[in-house]
Amino acid sequence: MVKQALAGLKVVEFGSFISAPYCTKLMADMGAEVIKVEQPGKGDESRDYGPFPDDIPHPERSGLYLYLNTNKLGITLKVETATGVAILKELLKEADVFVENNPPGFMQRLGMDYVKLKELNPRLIVTSITPYGQTGPYKDYKAYAINCCAFGGVSQSIGHHWREPLTAPISQGHYQAAVSGAGATMVALLARDSTGRGQHIDISEADVWATYHVGFGITIYAFGVREHLRKGYIGGGWTYPARRVIPCKDGYMVLCAPQLKQWLKFLELMGTPEWTQNPRYRDRHAMEDDYPEEVDSLLTPWFLERTKKELFELFEKNAIPFAPLYNMADEVNDEHLRERKFFATVGRDEVGRLKYPGAAYKFSRTPWSLKHPAPTLGEHNEEIYCGRLGYSSEDLVHLRRAGVI
Amino acid sequence: MSRYPLEGYRVVDFGSAWAGPQMAHIIADMGAEVIKVESRARIDYGRIGGAASSKDLLNKSPESIVAAAPERLELNPVFHLLNRGKLGITVDFTKPEGAELVRQLVKKSDVVADNFTPGVLDKYELGYESLAKIKPDIIVVSLCFAGHTGPLKGTRGYAPIITALSGFDSVVGYPDERIPCGPRFAYGDHVAAMHGALAMLMALIHRNRTGEGQYIDISEWEATTSLLGEPLMEYVMNERIPVPRGNRDPIMSPHGYYPCKGEGQWVSIAVKTEEEWRAFCEVTGNSGWTDDERFWDRYSRLLNQDALDELVGRWTVNYTPHEVTEILQKADVAAAPFMIAKAQYDDPHFRERGIFVKVDHPKSGTETFYGIPWKLGETPGGIRRSGPMLGQDNEYVFKGLLGLSGDEFNRLVEEKIIF
Repeated sequence: MVKQALAGLKVVEFGSFISAPYCTKLMADMGAEVIKVEQPGKGDESRDYGPFPDDIPHPERSGLYLYLNTNKLGITLKVETATGVAILKELLKEADVFVENNPPGFMQRLGMDYVKLKELNPRLIVTSITPYGQTGPYKDYKAYAINCCAFGGVSQSIGHHWREPLTAPISQGHYQAAVSGAGATMVALLARDSTGRGQHIDISEADVWATYHVGFGITIYAFGVREHLRKGYIGGGWTYPARRVIPCKDGYMVLCAPQLKQWLKFLELMGTPEWTQNPRYRDRHAMEDDYPEEVDSLLTPWFLERTKKELFELFEKNAIPFAPLYNMADEVNDEHLRERKFFATVGRDEVGRLKYPGAAYKFSRTPWSLKHPAPTLGEHNEEIYCGRLGYSSEDLVHLRRAGVI
Repeated sequence: MSRYPLEGYRVVDFGSAWAGPQMAHIIADMGAEVIKVESRARIDYGRIGGAASSKDLLNKSPESIVAAAPERLELNPVFHLLNRGKLGITVDFTKPEGAELVRQLVKKSDVVADNFTPGVLDKYELGYESLAKIKPDIIVVSLCFAGHTGPLKGTRGYAPIITALSGFDSVVGYPDERIPCGPRFAYGDHVAAMHGALAMLMALIHRNRTGEGQYIDISEWEATTSLLGEPLMEYVMNERIPVPRGNRDPIMSPHGYYPCKGEGQWVSIAVKTEEEWRAFCEVTGNSGWTDDERFWDRYSRLLNQDALDELVGRWTVNYTPHEVTEILQKADVAAAPFMIAKAQYDDPHFRERGIFVKVDHPKSGTETFYGIPWKLGETPGGIRRSGPMLGQDNEYVFKGLLGLSGDEFNRLVEEKIIF
């Protein structure tokens, strides 16, 4: 059997919804053993979220939950009880990594802040993912994904400058924080190779937006460019088409041609229409900055006669970097992604076999793989409590009755 | 414990433009010695793009820029930002002797990173197959638009094309507009850079334990699509194609951006639980809303969002975004001001967390960079220097690391191998 990059790594997740679960999914899909700790009865918030097959809500059929929790072991544990705390500590004694996304101070109230966990297991890496981080004046502010978009500055680049700003869609900030959490955890694991010690990692969703995503805006601002980021593409100074969306027969095409030769080649494919001789349509800076919609309307009739597929093939052949604006059906049915085996299929009784999106990377020797579907609520209680922690099946009954698991 | 957790690791970085350089600077911030490879025949175009507003340099060949205005290549702050903490060498690897120098460097390195169009490095025997022969445990992270296999492998694309083809753009926009509007920043590049860094680190963990190197193929398209599980599952389960929902949320209401006092001022508000809803109504002086049948539970509020948004907007418009935020946070309701770069730069929270830092550059003075969001308590890393000037570390790398004699070095410079 092929060994995976993170085989042998032991991870415990105590979190909910997206950020902590996605962070540990990244590890589980590369071979780490992830034990997911859920509230008895209710489970992870994403179980209520959907989408659901045929729109019938069911905690074991939520698409978001199924996607975020592949390859994990699932147990239930009421951590807000003395026994619950004791059991979680037993798990953490043997773990390499602990990932949580509870509000700052929550773990402390349970007597499990980093200082205590370090005494328990000095090699443990604790990764905390929160909206605003563990320090700073706003650390205790309540925030959902849209609030992190606002404060993190990403909404300054989404939407029209003449309308209300837009949030990044479908909780993308939670995913960004998760990827950063996983990356930082890997750095801490490499550091532990030489120091033998774990550490606490503090990931803030707003920080991640404000740095890796729109932090370049601060550099530009400090440099003296005062441009509003929602005007033009990446702060302006570009030529038409920097980023234009043009409707075609069966959808939309996105146009971006920074090089003059790309634009000229495109005009040639269009048959060099008469308007291209007009000086008004030869100044590509003015066309982008001052009247892009007007230029769009000159192109649109030609696009409307052609399909996405037709256009993409034509542009591909002529090295013009325009592409269709793919929707989810296009993704799932795309030939290139199929040949690269991007989507992976796994089955589970409650929902049958489903296609899931794959990973961002393909490792030649230690491949990403989708071996197991997300666990049902408490699916691995017996395996973990009896098999690992040495409880008897009778103990399990008592713990269940007491509402601990 | 050193503050630099990746001290002792060496990365050869062929990155150019955005995703490649950003992936490698993340690793440099953590203490790895990242050596950026350019040549005067093949500069990183990032040196002339973007903020330094060098419109007149676009569409010119590297040679003509190097010849006509070499000083202009050292002035773009965004290039310095994306290449911070790196060393810089110039070697023309399209010549056999140049490629051999790179191979010698790879022998002394842990990772090679690139974002070339597929095939470029192979042409000069610098691809994974060739490198693994001379350094069996080398890790090669190769990032490109659509990946290194499949019918579209040679496709090139700029940032807006990545978000278009990945499906991301199809869920960004105003629900009342026909055309999705997409983001106005290079989201796909950033997403690929972060996943590239993560992949590199996972491969290092595996190598440290087993001695095995490997090749990692990263598609910017797939990296971006991999984060769209929710809408993809909607299509997979119900064959329904998701469309932009603007600032609307499937379970929260009110949820969105609301106008505030002053031009271009907005505040984000998100109300999820009934407890938050009651607190929201009370603290805004609208206790009556909880009895209004249009809003009396979450379901009703979701059905009557237009009416509710209108009422909320009439309240927020009397205050600044920070005033609204303070009033609502006191009642434990989620709100945050809409921030642009200037506001973030002055913000006390970001200040305290060290999210923006000043770094000196020998030619362009003090510049402001974003800091490090991966906050490791014991080994935080740091930004040791600004982006490299062309060839600034040639002597250290070629004489120091590779042991070239002074004469040999001078000959290679003269013959434009080290160039």
